[in-house]
Amino acid sequence: MAWIGEQDLGTKAVSAVTSATVTLRIDGQDVAVPEGTSIMRAAALAGTDIPKLCATDTLEAFGSCRLCLVEIDGRNGYPASCTTPVAEGMVVRTQTDRLAKLRRGVMELYISDHPLDCLTCSANGDCELQDQAGAVGLRDVRYGYEGQNHLVAEKDESNPYFTFDPAKCIVCSRCVRACDEIQGTFALTIEGSGFGSKVVASQNDSFLDSDCVSCGACVQACPTSALIEKSVIAQGTPDKAVVTTCAYCGVGCTFRAEMRGEQLVRMVPWKDGKANRGHSCVKGRFAWGYANHRDRILKPMIRASVEEPWREVSWDEAIAYTAGEFRRIQAKYGKDSVGGITSSRCTNEETFLVQKLIRQGFGNNNVDTCARVCHSPTGYGLKTTFGTSAGTQDFDSVAYADVIMVIGANPTDGHPVFASRMKQRLREGAKLIVIDPRRTDIVRTPHIAATHHLPLRPGTNVAVLTAIAHVVVTEGLADEAFVRERCDWSEFEDWAAFVAQSQRSPEATEALTGVPAADLRAAAQLFATGGNGAIYYGLGVTEHSQGSSTVMAIANLAMATGNIGREGVGVNPLRGQNNVQGACDMGSFPHEYSGYRHVSDPATRAMFEQAWGVTLDAEPGLRIPNMLDAATDGTFKALFIQGEDILQSDPNTHHVAAGLAAMECVVVQDLFLNETANYAHVFLPGSTFLEKDGTFTNAERRIQRVRKVMEPLNGYGDWEIVQLVANAIGLDWSYTHPSEIMDEVAALTPTFATVSYDALDRLGSMQWPATEAAPDGTPTMHIDQFVRGTGHFVVTDYIPTDEKTGPRFPLLLTTGRILSQYNVGAQTRRTDNIAWHPEDRLEIHPHDAENRGIRDGDWVGLRSRAGETTLRALITERVAPGVVYTTFHHPATQANVITTDYSDWATNCPEYKVTAVQVAISNGPSDWQQSYQAQAERSRRVLPEAAE
Amino acid sequence: MSTIDHLVYMANQIARELGSQCPGRPVAATRDHLRQFWDPRMRQAIVAYLDRGGEHLSDTARDAVALLRETAERAD
Repeated sequence: MAWIGEQDLGTKAVSAVTSATVTLRIDGQDVAVPEGTSIMRAAALAGTDIPKLCATDTLEAFGSCRLCLVEIDGRNGYPASCTTPVAEGMVVRTQTDRLAKLRRGVMELYISDHPLDCLTCSANGDCELQDQAGAVGLRDVRYGYEGQNHLVAEKDESNPYFTFDPAKCIVCSRCVRACDEIQGTFALTIEGSGFGSKVVASQNDSFLDSDCVSCGACVQACPTSALIEKSVIAQGTPDKAVVTTCAYCGVGCTFRAEMRGEQLVRMVPWKDGKANRGHSCVKGRFAWGYANHRDRILKPMIRASVEEPWREVSWDEAIAYTAGEFRRIQAKYGKDSVGGITSSRCTNEETFLVQKLIRQGFGNNNVDTCARVCHSPTGYGLKTTFGTSAGTQDFDSVAYADVIMVIGANPTDGHPVFASRMKQRLREGAKLIVIDPRRTDIVRTPHIAATHHLPLRPGTNVAVLTAIAHVVVTEGLADEAFVRERCDWSEFEDWAAFVAQSQRSPEATEALTGVPAADLRAAAQLFATGGNGAIYYGLGVTEHSQGSSTVMAIANLAMATGNIGREGVGVNPLRGQNNVQGACDMGSFPHEYSGYRHVSDPATRAMFEQAWGVTLDAEPGLRIPNMLDAATDGTFKALFIQGEDILQSDPNTHHVAAGLAAMECVVVQDLFLNETANYAHVFLPGSTFLEKDGTFTNAERRIQRVRKVMEPLNGYGDWEIVQLVANAIGLDWSYTHPSEIMDEVAALTPTFATVSYDALDRLGSMQWPATEAAPDGTPTMHIDQFVRGTGHFVVTDYIPTDEKTGPRFPLLLTTGRILSQYNVGAQTRRTDNIAWHPEDRLEIHPHDAENRGIRDGDWVGLRSRAGETTLRALITERVAPGVVYTTFHHPATQANVITTDYSDWATNCPEYKVTAVQVAISNGPSDWQQSYQAQAERSRRVLPEAAE
Repeated sequence: MSTIDHLVYMANQIARELGSQCPGRPVAATRDHLRQFWDPRMRQAIVAYLDRGGEHLSDTARDAVALLRETAERAD
């Protein structure tokens, strides 16, 4: 369905930068457009909408509906304006009697096989067929309505979010083309020919059972109600829209939240969104129902002990209790006995306030964030090598890449909208190298096949990257001119000598990594010689004991091959959560203020001290795992957690539980009673991204507005709740709007100097650094020089993890996430996305399954040195022999019972990707799972005599 | 793993990595890392462990913790 209130120019834009300008005359009016523009688009830009049905400006022109015919002086016939490019001096007429007659004739044919139920149709008022029938002046249908038709075709309601009604379909192929061109799944096709033509999913399957990934592109493209959101059917068409930013992954798609009154009807990807360019995935597009889920907690609750049921209290009582407990505990155990965790799901402003609460209010630096368990090695590694803790490019850059290297990332599941853009570039001919233990979907997907898939043994990233560097250096493929100009040459020489050692070669490391030397050598040659080389990586890089070293090895490789500082290249971490980049930017780490400045730096500290009116601690604080260690040791007693569920998401669940249980006050601010809340004493109900103003910063450093579309059901935005707590402990905060918080961030953070809500509203978004030198932001970093001056090569020796397989634990477990679910699943499990992933499954190779007598779907016990759980098996060759894989979306599985305390040497990012395990047939949930479930149910009791 | 065992493990891990990354100054680099990223109670705990003999610290980690102790004493 078209975007309400947005103009559809019919065909795609042609770059005005790279194309000459052509002037033509349309209906007597001179129009100047870039060469290659269609007549349809040129006319639309001049204010003339030519009737159309199969054309839309997000898709390539198709020329099938024959409604957009025009007359052109000097040319025979009536060419389709969507497929006819403009020419210098061309004279075009879009409205003549002859054209009107032709268009009415076309429309008659469409309408003769279309239900005449406009008044009761769910798309009434938002239907292009209806609009175009009016535009061409259709008054009757000479053929009648009794002929052969499709009006009784069966409706497909299998998808939880949208329906397909073939009776309403005009077979314009927009849905098919959207699935192909935009999403790249190729799940839809036109079956049959002529009158028998019809849209089908996969092999004539239901939409739910087909290859469809429910991205919504087809629904958006459909000009009728053939494909339409169930929410529109239920609620009616929206009447207003607010542009805001998705709260799921780090792509940061912008959406129009389309409303009817205070009710959200649908989320439609915004065409002008610079991160998503009008595309979406099943989560952002459809999975927002959690906002109104019955499990949502809307009243504050407290309890003296986690053994007690919760007691609902007023906000005043909850805030006063929280403040009292933190002050009591600090008085008894010292100022360093408390801390907090900021949320990558909350806004920049809220995150900034939580770290400010801890530094200014609690007087220490015990603040950390969930980046600890995902991309903290990215921060360390890229700051060390380049000087900035962030990726180097914008997403548009991928369109200029010639060789794309994906390392330890599963973009089609984890970052699906960016994956679609990457796939577009791959279909255009860019080469793909995938380094991953699993054969992820990007390795082979319709019209795409990786040139090289290097299925390395988990834990050997550094060895593989060093072997690639070995090939680059020893075969003379390094870009020495770039290195001499941009990097420290002597450091490069040391590094080159190191990687050139024979023991680093692909042949010498093959037995260790499991990667055939010839494949690795060919991949290295391709990357170094194939043109613009762009590296995209994910948690398969960072969540290792050598996570930071791997990030630096990636940076080394990019520098050595000259792939930094322009479009189409770069080092691009694919960030997990929507605002994980922003949470890090805002000073959520215990050793850094906003803008990644160390707390020991006197000048920076003095700036904050002057602004905040307190003396600040110059010592780094505790990281999350260190907080838990300190809690079990008795020196850490209270924790304020905003929007995180560390009991489910962090490694070694038993240790996390022990740490939480040892504290005297745990405050959880969240939408739901999550797993961590089982150990909480105060629950402060949070607000959704729909209920507050703020900003998120995505994986490309893009700061984008989050706009309030409805009042918070809990009464307050999360930033207001933190302010209430701050003032209750004696601070004097008086923010009246999140824009004032961003103003403070900008005043205290050089890389955010020109960021403001006014600037964001004017520009749409800004990529930091946004400074006086680059007031609108910086899409590509390190263009002329690295932020740190010269690029810094770091020798990264491969050091095997101490997590070893052996007779007791012969398999390697690696964990990850799936398209339909998001992290701990707190949001997506409370939506209809559960249809695609109702439980975590253990992927196991057929050989390993057969050796253990495991059949597909069997319950299996998964055991490591840290713990044991059970789940059902999924037998697949996606994993290599010796490797098993699972997701961590369901608390009933608690996959992190299995993961260990091993972590990255520099940042303590957990080694989720390597756990030695054994798998065996099981009868069902383990004793631990059953006792955990019982404890969770006890913990979630709420006293019936709720206080107001 | 107890907290002190965890700290010893971490210190050895850091020393081992920085041994190759900073071949000219692994001890100072390890000290600097502990200084930059470890909370004071963690640093005090590892220094106290060294004072008790530091049995399981690697050579580089041991020297780094000793240097950390000296630095702290000079600051006092």
